[in-house]
Amino acid sequence: MELRSPPLFEVHAGADATVTAFGGWEMPVEFDSIRTEHDAVRESVGKFDVSHMGQIEVTGPDAAALMQRLTTNDVQQLSVGEGQYAAITDEDGVMLDDTVVYRLDTEAFLFIPNAGHDEEMAARWVEFRDAFDLDCTVENTTEEWAMIAVQGPDSEALCLDAGIEVTDIGRFEIATVALDGADCYCARTGYTGEDGFELLAPVAHAESLWRAFDCQPCGLGARDTLRLEQGFLLSGQDFDPESNPRTPYEAGIGFVVDTDTEFVGRDALTEPARDPDEQLVGFSLTERAIPRHGYAIEASDGSTLGAVTSGTQSPTLELPIGLGYVPTTHASEGTEIAVVVRGDRKAGLIRNPPFEQATTDQ
Amino acid sequence: MSFEVPEDKQYLETHEWAQIDTDANTARIGISAFAQDELGDIVFVELPAVGDTIEQDTEFGVVESIKAVSDLYAPLSGTVSAVNEDVFDTPELLNEAPYGDGWLLELESIDADEIDALLDADAYQQQIE
Repeated sequence: MELRSPPLFEVHAGADATVTAFGGWEMPVEFDSIRTEHDAVRESVGKFDVSHMGQIEVTGPDAAALMQRLTTNDVQQLSVGEGQYAAITDEDGVMLDDTVVYRLDTEAFLFIPNAGHDEEMAARWVEFRDAFDLDCTVENTTEEWAMIAVQGPDSEALCLDAGIEVTDIGRFEIATVALDGADCYCARTGYTGEDGFELLAPVAHAESLWRAFDCQPCGLGARDTLRLEQGFLLSGQDFDPESNPRTPYEAGIGFVVDTDTEFVGRDALTEPARDPDEQLVGFSLTERAIPRHGYAIEASDGSTLGAVTSGTQSPTLELPIGLGYVPTTHASEGTEIAVVVRGDRKAGLIRNPPFEQATTDQ
Repeated sequence: MSFEVPEDKQYLETHEWAQIDTDANTARIGISAFAQDELGDIVFVELPAVGDTIEQDTEFGVVESIKAVSDLYAPLSGTVSAVNEDVFDTPELLNEAPYGDGWLLELESIDADEIDALLDADAYQQQIE
């Protein structure tokens, strides 16, 4: 499969970034070191090229109705300029992806599917629009936008320095901002647990947007350690409709499910789905070892509970941390578990995220 | 980017180095500057214990960075006579000083016949260019 390159690919190559394939995109994984980049975001500010994230725009009289049908949260709660986190589920209530939905105007929505999911989601939106006979257009604009995340306690000051007026943008709000003569979107959202912004610029303005922020460039490596310290889900890894089908309740994001609304998957997500047999937990290891995706999680008696979905050495806590699914009987804080690392049991404790309290109040 | 490749060491293609004392039949081993850079921030090291024997070209331990797990291969066969315990508590020594304080093991009773199989600094430099 040919990899998609972000508009800033040549800029990153010039900065000697290490690149990796992720979600069908060739993306920078590391500019300097994951630890340096991670610490910059926790302590001050860093910028990420997240142009691999999708953009789908839904516009027209029935745009709200279609968004309501295909995402689990209550879209009607959104005023113009607000966004919300949501899951996208199939008829069985299994998560296909997670996303942020923004209401750009009364009849205009933008949502952000994960890397490599844009075409599938655009097709799904068109299919259901036609099936429900709704009046709206669905446009996959992923290739038209560069997306940059500026994250960290100093992100607001840095945006103001760059001439971007962000003070009035509240958490999970989105506004139109002018940069370099172009209309851009700026949302106060992110994937790090810190205060921060995600900005969309037309691809022709990608480089000027990137260069507008004088701070540490960060790759997907630090993005992963930062989100994992918060217990944020990674689509395709902490849940996946093929390899690890999970409901939002199992994945710990039942708070984005509003069963008073009518959406695909709702009937499968009423009681008793709210009390699943298994659930996503966080854990830390008390012995020296790094938990990795796929390693077995065992109970103190040696029986298998489940498997690690994400794991790392937390740069902030300097502890091995991870996420994985276990029976709810073993999910309470402080339960002793072990992770099997190259054949050896390494002791740990269930420790529910966020592992790391963000350094800024939100 | 170019990496330091000290002339006084010999190298395995898998990026481990050996500094050999042919008179004493001993060697100190570690990983190269190129290897630590490829791995990134090293956060975990697993090594054999003093008295264990290791075999040339065979796995003797594991080094993990935040992003990757990598097996360590022995540049020479021998008996472990010392382990650098500092790297367990401070694995970043492998990043900071791969040829110095970030060394891994000392071996005794090495086999001089195995040395020919290693790359000298020039040959290793060519490999990583």
